[in-house]
Amino acid sequence: MNEILIAFLVVVAVAFIAGVLLTVASHFFHVDEDEKVKELRECLPGVNCGACGYTGCDDYAAALAQGNVKTNLCIPGADSVAADIARVLGVEAEDVIEKVAVVHCNGTCEATSKRAIYEGVDSCRAASMIYGGPDACTYGCLGCGDCASVCPVQAICLMDGIARVDRRICIGCGLCVKTCPKGIITLVPSVKTVVNLCSNRDKGAVARKVCTNACIACKKCEKACPNEAIKVVDNLAVIDYDKCIDCGACVEGCPTHCLKRI
Amino acid sequence: MEAKLLMSILLGSILVNNYVLSQFLGICPFLGVSKKLNQAVGMGVAVIFVMLVATAVTWPIQKFVLDTMGLEYMQTIIFILVIAALVQFTEIVLKKFIPALHKSLGVYLPLITTNCAVLGVTINNITDGYNFVQSLVSSLGCGLGFLLAMVLFSGVRSRIDETKIPKFLRGLPVTLIAASFMSMSFFGFAGIVENLLK
Repeated sequence: MNEILIAFLVVVAVAFIAGVLLTVASHFFHVDEDEKVKELRECLPGVNCGACGYTGCDDYAAALAQGNVKTNLCIPGADSVAADIARVLGVEAEDVIEKVAVVHCNGTCEATSKRAIYEGVDSCRAASMIYGGPDACTYGCLGCGDCASVCPVQAICLMDGIARVDRRICIGCGLCVKTCPKGIITLVPSVKTVVNLCSNRDKGAVARKVCTNACIACKKCEKACPNEAIKVVDNLAVIDYDKCIDCGACVEGCPTHCLKRI
Repeated sequence: MEAKLLMSILLGSILVNNYVLSQFLGICPFLGVSKKLNQAVGMGVAVIFVMLVATAVTWPIQKFVLDTMGLEYMQTIIFILVIAALVQFTEIVLKKFIPALHKSLGVYLPLITTNCAVLGVTINNITDGYNFVQSLVSSLGCGLGFLLAMVLFSGVRSRIDETKIPKFLRGLPVTLIAASFMSMSFFGFAGIVENLLK
């Protein structure tokens, strides 16, 4: 009986000493964390996507607390987060222009073909290093899914050999934009639905030969646009989303249907 | 003679009795944090640190408290208690006085509070009958061995990531197979240290 009691008391004594030590330590060595940073951090969504330009939500919150940083940089969080941040900081809220990613390629399996069989590392970056990739169109999506693998919310899936973004899920962080070795993903304001699904900058006839869905730079869209929002630059129709009113006139005029509503 | 003995303890615990690859302790952080080199190094350094501090505290407790009171059988529970409290304490102190170190080690410290490798080192030092200095050297060696295993394995894993692997082996299965290869290769070190320092 006595032995058990001694063992018990020793454990209790050790635990007690440790407990007291920790309590005293946490009291004496207490580090004041900035309340504001904590509060700001709670406003942010916490996906650490880096769309704000900082290395994560913690970093952005710290930068906000120090001041002179815009409150509307969190794209995934949108207006509600910007409003929350503004409330915490006591400044006026600014609107967030929500954006979604668009893969500018419509080279599905039926529309385009391969000029080589690629059997290397399953990555767009590697595939594009070998003569621009195995696809007939050297501008288009390679379909290995580098963008899908970096997407923090799984908004990108591969369909028909090309990457497609689900606009309902996309948070507009832009990680895929940085990853794509072809540079064919861009961020587009989420309220605008008209996009050019082609990135081919070759002349019309050449582009048409490699892909039946290619932009052939016929300039019909330029004429159809009531607001001069669309321009053919380097044999490719480019939409200026500051001017675009989302009317869809260009979509109707497009002969290869590379301009689309999505 | 003493220096030679310490050297053989150090090299022995790094190479021959490597905690991860020969004794299979601390497999959890070994598989969990070895994906990236910088994380692996951070974890390794944190383990070295915790092992040294834990040994420095548990050895006197064993000798002056448990042995004198005849409570050797309470070793495990007391050690867990002491190490856990100690790591928490160091974390608080680091946060206050060396914020930079806390930032780089901070994530890993709570992860290894009562990691089996740390507990294993402290208990093995007692069962092997080491004195205080020998215990510290052995802990340092074990920590270095852990770091070595982590760094080597993170290199292996980065190669695995770039390779086409059959679907049923992807992820953890192929990682475990690679780990077992590495473990087997470390058996090649058996007997080297004794002959090296003859």
